[in-house]
Amino acid sequence: MSARLTFLLRLADTSLVLAQRLGEWVGHAPVLEEDLGLANLALDLLGQARLLLAYAGECEGRGRSEDDLAFGRDGAEYVNVALAEQPNGDFGMTIVRQVLLSAYQLEVYEALQHSSDARLAQIAAKAVKETRYHLRYAGGWLVRLGDGTAESHARVQAALDALWRFTAELFAGDAIDREMAEAGIAPPLEQLRAGWLRRIVPVLEQATLRRPADVPYRWHGRRGEHTEHLGYLLAELQYLYRAHPGAVW
Amino acid sequence: MVVVSAPRAAEPVWRVLEAIPDPELPAVSIVDLGIVRYVEWRGTQGPHVGLTPTYSGCPATAVIRATVREALQRAGYADVCLEEILTPAWSSDDLSRAAHAKLAAFGIAPPSHEVACPRCGSHATRLLSEFGSTPCKAHHCCTACLEPFDRFKCL
Repeated sequence: MSARLTFLLRLADTSLVLAQRLGEWVGHAPVLEEDLGLANLALDLLGQARLLLAYAGECEGRGRSEDDLAFGRDGAEYVNVALAEQPNGDFGMTIVRQVLLSAYQLEVYEALQHSSDARLAQIAAKAVKETRYHLRYAGGWLVRLGDGTAESHARVQAALDALWRFTAELFAGDAIDREMAEAGIAPPLEQLRAGWLRRIVPVLEQATLRRPADVPYRWHGRRGEHTEHLGYLLAELQYLYRAHPGAVW
Repeated sequence: MVVVSAPRAAEPVWRVLEAIPDPELPAVSIVDLGIVRYVEWRGTQGPHVGLTPTYSGCPATAVIRATVREALQRAGYADVCLEEILTPAWSSDDLSRAAHAKLAAFGIAPPSHEVACPRCGSHATRLLSEFGSTPCKAHHCCTACLEPFDRFKCL
């Protein structure tokens, strides 16, 4: 598998898995407006994943469509960051996960707008506008919840403490990332962390939340090593396609 | 269906496209929304039409493609070639002046920097939700006449 293909799948899978998680809120969000809001985020992420998966399929050159890649790969072949697959928890936890990931995707897509890969630069230019909106939405809620009642503050602080450990993976570049950086396709991943923190830290301060300590352990979703949660998510995502191969809506 | 040969000019194609309403915002056409990027004739094939999606995941995109193909075939254009254009990314600045007026008349505040209530014209409004009934709209409320309304998002 080429480095470019893996790189595209990592981006695509992170968007797709996060879209699926957000979709689980449909019909269950605390109020109608947020039900719509989370569904709209999911829709944008799904759209981004489709563009990336379609391109990945072309790069692979084996005739696999976006659907084949989304529904036909097992968990170990999924290369999303582990943070994206973490369960929704309560609304506060979903918002914390979204702030951490939207800020990350914004850093990535802003850099990819200048990629030497023209197709990727086009997809990124589209995604960057949507992602900026996602961060504003989720950041606004994080401030309201963190600086809200004692109950809401305690819940989002607990969510932040639980999820922060997954953020180290976001910036842990490997040989594939280095190859992409050398080709001018993508930025060196490590360099994105400073910009990410510049987006996150002021929001945490405004939300009166404490930034958790970094931990040395690394998850490796981008290598296909996932937490136990991904399998259940994929079972739901892929059931229909696998039970009825070739089914058409 | 009888397919007759149509003239190889861009203008009549544009006129067909101007009559196609957006599936989720029927008050405005897909041309008003800035979704149609170009109409070109190349070689001996039918017209090439460049379409750009508003949002990456907008579910209307597939419906629009199908509608454009069908409308052009019905107008006598065979071999229609639809091309998806991602760059420059679609922006709410791509909406025509006419689209702004049509949206306001339809009860949706257009994407200008000053939000005005489409019902009473008051600028005393507040944001209810960053997301409305479609990806391209947010939900606002007029504090003068108390009417809630959709606003086309600035993107």
